[in-house]
Amino acid sequence: MKELLRDLNKAFENKIRLGIMSALVVNEYFDFNSLKELLEVTDGNLASHLKSLEKSRYVTFKKEFLGRKPNTKYSATEAGLEAFKKHIKAIEQLLK
Amino acid sequence: MNFKMDQGKYIEDIKEIMDIMNRSSRFSSLSGLSGISVGFIALIGVYIAYQTVYLNQDYFRYEKTIIPAESLVTLLLIGLFTIILSIVTVIYFTTREAEKRNENIWDQSAKKLVINLLIPLVTGGILCLILLFKGYIGIIAPLTLIFYGLALINASKFTLSEIHSLGMIQIALGLVGAHFIGFGLIFWGVGFGILHIIYGIMMYLRYRS
Repeated sequence: MKELLRDLNKAFENKIRLGIMSALVVNEYFDFNSLKELLEVTDGNLASHLKSLEKSRYVTFKKEFLGRKPNTKYSATEAGLEAFKKHIKAIEQLLK
Repeated sequence: MNFKMDQGKYIEDIKEIMDIMNRSSRFSSLSGLSGISVGFIALIGVYIAYQTVYLNQDYFRYEKTIIPAESLVTLLLIGLFTIILSIVTVIYFTTREAEKRNENIWDQSAKKLVINLLIPLVTGGILCLILLFKGYIGIIAPLTLIFYGLALINASKFTLSEIHSLGMIQIALGLVGAHFIGFGLIFWGVGFGILHIIYGIMMYLRYRS
């Protein structure tokens, strides 16, 4: 039991962070506004959760310009993908 | 700690993960109704084309057909009109479906779907135009089926999974049609007309919201 809980990642305990990672696992990247629409959250809320995932180095971003409008593309890092997989595996084990 | 409660929460989490993975990577507002209408539009197009090409000819015999230049222009116009009408219809029904589901019609998965559909489709379209101007008319109907099938398979990763098998059948029909060139229009009618109607009804019944 202890073993399993160790693999559960605190970074993904939150619904929005879980949502962000789910989207970034199956998509190469996601821009801020699409992510906001997908998860149906406010700007500030999304930004703070993205920041926290960045801090854990699970998510990176690239700033681009679409004409004059800035467009930030977020993607999951190797470490992020790895950690997320581990988290899902741990949940699966827990539910068995 | 309460293990039972935790278990419920994690089942919720897994559901949420699957739902977001699906919604974020696949465009699901394709409506069966658009398939049905596109099928009927194609059948009407085939009927008019038949009238143009095979008027006064015994078209159930496998034989060479001579198409005069003015009929060729009419055929091109029929083709163009069928394509435009089909695109407008698909956009109409898809927008309606997306509104019903409260989904954004032009989201990331929709863009990927369209790009992946267009690459084989435009390639095939240009190739067919080249062949048309070189006089290889018979091969065009089966080739459009083949390239349409390839386009569907390419795009199927970004939308409902039925699109994949629809693509496979279109390719098979195109290949068989390429062998029986004389029945090109019949195969075309089966592929673009009847198959669209069948798949449209299937998807309408399955995803009715």
